[in-house]
Order: sequence, then C-alpha cells, then structure tokens
Amino acid sequence: MNQTTTFSVEYHRFLRPDGEPEGDLPPLADDAETLHALYKNMVFTRLYDERAIALQRTGQIGTFASSLGQEAIGAGVGHAMQPEDIIIPSFRENGALLFRRFRVRDLLLYWGGDERGMANPDLGDDFPICVPISTHTTQAAGVAFAIKYRQQPRVVVCLLGDGGTSKGDFYEAINLAGAWNLPLVFVINNNQWAISVPRSLQTKSETLAQKAIAAGIPGIQIDGNDPIAVRHHVAEAIEKARGGGGPTVIEAISYRLCHHTTADDATRYRSDEELEAHRKLDPVPRLKRFMEARQLWSDEQESVLIRDCKAEIEQEVQHYLDSAPPKPESMFDWLYAELPQELHQQRQSLLVRESSND
Amino acid sequence: MTDITLVEAVNLALMHEMEHDPEMVVLGQDIGVNGGVFRATVGLLEKFGNERVLDTPLAENMIAGTAVGMAVQGLHPVAEIQFMGFIYPAIDQMVSHASRMRNRTRGRLSCPMVLRAPYGGGIHAPEHHSESTEAMFAHIPGIRVVIPSSPTRAYGLLLAAIRDPDPVVFLEPKRVYRLMKQAVEDNGEALPLDTCFVLRPGSDITLVSWGAMLHETQQAAEQLAGEGIDAEVIDLATIKPIDMQTILESVGRTGRCVIVQEAARTCSVSAEIAARLAEEGLMSLFAPIRRVTGFDTVMPMFRLEGHYMPGTERIVQAVRQTMEFA
Ligand SMILES: Cc1ncc(C[n+]2csc(CCOP(=O)(O)OP(=O)(O)O)c2C)c(N)n1
Ligand SMILES: [Mg+2]
Repeated sequence: MNQTTTFSVEYHRFLRPDGEPEGDLPPLADDAETLHALYKNMVFTRLYDERAIALQRTGQIGTFASSLGQEAIGAGVGHAMQPEDIIIPSFRENGALLFRRFRVRDLLLYWGGDERGMANPDLGDDFPICVPISTHTTQAAGVAFAIKYRQQPRVVVCLLGDGGTSKGDFYEAINLAGAWNLPLVFVINNNQWAISVPRSLQTKSETLAQKAIAAGIPGIQIDGNDPIAVRHHVAEAIEKARGGGGPTVIEAISYRLCHHTTADDATRYRSDEELEAHRKLDPVPRLKRFMEARQLWSDEQESVLIRDCKAEIEQEVQHYLDSAPPKPESMFDWLYAELPQELHQQRQSLLVRESSND
Repeated sequence: MTDITLVEAVNLALMHEMEHDPEMVVLGQDIGVNGGVFRATVGLLEKFGNERVLDTPLAENMIAGTAVGMAVQGLHPVAEIQFMGFIYPAIDQMVSHASRMRNRTRGRLSCPMVLRAPYGGGIHAPEHHSESTEAMFAHIPGIRVVIPSSPTRAYGLLLAAIRDPDPVVFLEPKRVYRLMKQAVEDNGEALPLDTCFVLRPGSDITLVSWGAMLHETQQAAEQLAGEGIDAEVIDLATIKPIDMQTILESVGRTGRCVIVQEAARTCSVSAEIAARLAEEGLMSLFAPIRRVTGFDTVMPMFRLEGHYMPGTERIVQAVRQTMEFA
C-alpha cells in the first residue's frame, strides 16, 4: 500500500480554564490595551445579552439569541479584523458585531422586528445577520472574490455554528474558497449544540476543522473560550489571507451556556451536570484572572467598566425604545430600487387602510 | 449587421456589456473554454480572461450564493445555470437573500445580479432538461423574471437585466435558441423591462404568451387571420412584475383573451394574468378567458413531450371556442 497523503489537525490554546498561561504566549498577551479591549467587549456583550433577554421577557423585543459563554469568539474575531475588512455573520456573534460598527440600538431594532436595525450606513459593507443557517457562507465567497478582483487589501470573515457545518452550503463555500484562493476566513463557533441536537449527532467527523482539509485549505481547532487564542489565530489567518495566502477554517471550541434563544428551553435536552461542567470553562473570568495575575486589572477597573458598560447600554436601550415606529409603507419602499408599477396600487391600498384606521 | 440567432444575441449582449462594464463578471459551469453547453458565452474567456469569465465548481447553490456576494459588493455578476432543471438549489439564495437584501438593509446593500438559465421543452433532451418552472420565481417578491422570445428581445432585454439595480432571473427558451434569425444591431441599447411587447396588432382577440410558445402563438394568429379572425399577439417578456396595463388595454379593445404557456397549469403565470383580468377587466370580456397550457403532470420524457407541448392546433381551437362564445 502506498500512502498518498496524511493529514492532522492542530489544536491551540494559550490560557487554561483557570487563567494560567500554557506554553509560549503570543506578544498580544503582554499588550494591556489589547487585553483590555477584548475583556471590555466580552463584559459589554454579556451585559447587553442580559439586558436584551430582560427586554424580551417584558415584551419589548422579539426572540433573542444570547452568546453567553461564547464571548471570547466575538471579541477575538472583532478585534482581529481591520475596519475595512468585512464581517458576514450568522445570528450569534453579538460581541463581534459590537466590535464592528453595529450599535446596541441597531441590534435591538433588529431583534425588535425592525429592518432598520441592519440599515445603519456606518455599517459599511458588513453583512446583515443571516438567519437561514449557512446560506451566507457562499455569499462570503462572492464578497471575497469581489475584493480580490479589485485587488483591495481586505479580508472577509464569515461566522457560523457547528450545525452550520453540516449544510452543503458550507462545503460548497469552502470548496470554492480553496479553488479560487479567496481572502476569506471561516470561524466556526462550535458551541456543541444546534438547538437540541448535540455535536455528536451532527457528524461522525472527529473535528469540524478537518472538513477544510477536503477543500484543500488549512483547518485548525482552537480553544474558543480562550480570548487570546481566538484573537491570535484569527488575526494570523486574516493577515495570511490579506497577503494572498488564501482561506482558513478555524473551529473555535466553546459551549452554549444559554438557551438556544429566548424561545428555547434547554433543560428539555441537556443535563445540569453538563452545563455546570462547562461553566468552569467560562472565558470571561479566565481572561480576568490572567490579567489580575499580571497586575493588569484591578477591582476598581472592574467596577468602573461594569458601571460604564451598563450606562452605555441603558442609553442605547433608551434610544431603541424612543425610536419612531417604522412606516407601514416602508415594506414596499425598499423592495426594488424603483417600485414597479403593479405595486403602486398595493402600496396605495395599504396607505388608505392605514389612514382609515387613524 | 448580420442576422443572428437568439443564443447568438445572448452572446452579443454579454460581449457588449463585458466590454463596457468593468464591474461585470460571468460565472457558471463550462462557460469558459467550452463557451457554455449552448455556446452562449463563447469567446468571452478569450476576450476577457479568466478573472472575469469564471468556470465554477459544480454547485448551483454556490453559484447563486457567490453571485449574491459579488453583487452586494457592487459587481455585476451574470451567473449561468446550465439548465433550469438544476436551478432549484439556487432558489434558496434568490428567495432568502437576493430578493431581500435591499429591503432588509433598507437600501444599505443591494443585489444587482442576473441568474440566466435555458429552459423549456421540445428539444428531445434527457430527463430534467425540459421543465418550465418560471412561476416558482415569479412568486418571489423583490426579483424580476424576464423571458425573451426573439434575438432582438434577447439582446435588448439581457442588457436591461444586467443594468437593472435589482436581481433578475433571465430565462432563455432554448427550443428557439436557433430557430429564427434576426438582424440585431450591437448598439448597446436596452429594451425596457416591466413592459409587454405587442408583436401583432389585432382587434378580435388578445393572445398573451412568452418565450418559445410565442412561436406557435404567432403561427396560430396567422392561421386564424385566414379564417377572418384578427388576433393581437402580446409578448409578456417580463413575467414579474407583469405589465397588466398593456394587457388590459388590449382586452379592453378585443373583449376576448387566450393565454398560452408551456408550463403546467396550476398556480402558473397564466393563472395570475387570468385572475387579474377577472379582477380588473371583467366588464370588457365577451367570453371566458381561456388558457392553453402544459398539463399538471411531470414533464414527460421526450417520447411523449410532443403530446405535452401546447401546439398551434390547441391554440387555434381555444381561440375558435372563445370567438364562438356568444
Ligand atoms: C436552514 C435553516 N434550518 C433551520 C433553522 C432553524 N435553526 C435556527 S438556529 C438552528 C441551530 C443552529 O445551530 P448552529 O449552527 O450550531 O448555531 P448555534 O445556534 O449553535 O449558534 C436551527 C436549526 C434555520 N435558521 N435555518
Ligand atoms: Mg451550535
């Protein structure tokens, strides 16, 4: 027998769950500014999630997807991207979006059932939240082609979940990314669950990262609850792509400490023991302990941060609550660049109905 | 100016626009060296290179999704699906994303893409190569569906589709790809979208059709003229949105209407036109609207396809019945 080729998948981590460093640390581990930015984003995101859930419970927004326990992924990805890069998210990357130009008021508008949430012109070329799982992965390839075609030094980062890697869309997208050597980084938030379906039922594949190997592109696993590992390896993949080095798939292993969404009850399908075991892997105290051990973080800084985050979130929530309701006819007004003749009548009938309701 | 076929007119429009629009790219299966299985993209690779003429891996959902991504970035992708029978994985991208991008970002992003595919029966092709499922696309809010029926309209409508700021599904009736030739001037002039074309003015009855069936519809009109029935023939051209004004105006004069399509009958484009005539034009009708359509069957394989296709005779008969209605 001849062996044609062999494969292996690397796993990377810098911080152990207790915050103790492991092996050689990358330079960013000594950079207080970066650590603070990562930490602040994680804390902010967690407080935002909490507030959004409260808004949902009181009927002020609709169904909401929290990212509890997975904040290191959003923070690491958001910080690793340059402003001119393009994010193509699914719906659980709250931290990454907040690191970009999405504001809390935008996200609340969106989850509050209002298209204007994805309309903020400051969002630039960043994509809106994608709900149909994995359908954004092929679009990411198209966007990456466009920036390569224009020879722009930009990179596309596409985020998806473990469940999303089972779809043909994902395979088709990574296959094209490899074939066309696109400036594209896929980051999988492997939070072990797709609603009630555990990772073990998604695939017999030992890792999700190895799916990349069949597409001829590198696939690595990282500890997705280690913000330093996420920041370091995502940045490495982004800069490689920027330099023409092609796409990468990063499987960030995390755990969904929350329900799937506010419409879900995870106690129906997973045990308290499993949940408790994973609480010990929480990324937020992990980074905090690491910073504290190096005298880079104090109780005083912690309380100031929490106070500031809460104040900013409250301001944003107020902004959201104060926003004028969307105009009914706006459902017509952005359908086409110019409303086709046949729709004028339908739009008019809506306006007439609305005014007779007044 | 030489006479060219419909597929050559498609090629001419692609050539023209590639030449004048550096943001345009074409992508699909076998569209490069091979020039497309119907040769619609022949010569593009040689002229514009493999940066703009992109042979893709074999994955229709990916072709559409990639085109969406390109278009949102402001490129003007024209993606070819080899046959309409294989377009269905691409519907997800059209219905879930291409059609919604402008709306769900309130105009921040948009999707100026074209999805081209040859469609329809009558060429004795293998299974899955002959369907007419344009109504599936016509049901999607936020996109356009355009079907040319002649070389001149293929050239002008494809240019319009590529220049349109919104997504367009451009379906090419492959049965007439090489059936007729017309003189087409390569002047870069687009034809209007969202507009019917009156191919033959008439005063007794209005015949509405699109794509390849216009060939039989026009033949029927000729034959009926010999019987003293003066039929107006309308090429719908843009399937969605429908230009009802032209149809209503015509039926307002003739008082009778027959709609001709190759597609299956139920929930089809002809059903939509008939419904709107009933809603908005009932008082001008002297007779019930009739439809000449494919059957609500699976498109048969080619030994039976002749029995499925609505031929000239069925159209003539439907018109006679409509005319005989007191
Ligand atoms: C194509 C599609 N199928 C089903 C759903 C319903 N759904 C929403 S989220 C979800 C699970 C997604 O799991 P995963 O990809 O692991 O992401 P996670 O929710 O864990 O972040 C499902 C089935 C959907 N949104 N899209
Ligand atoms: Mg998951």
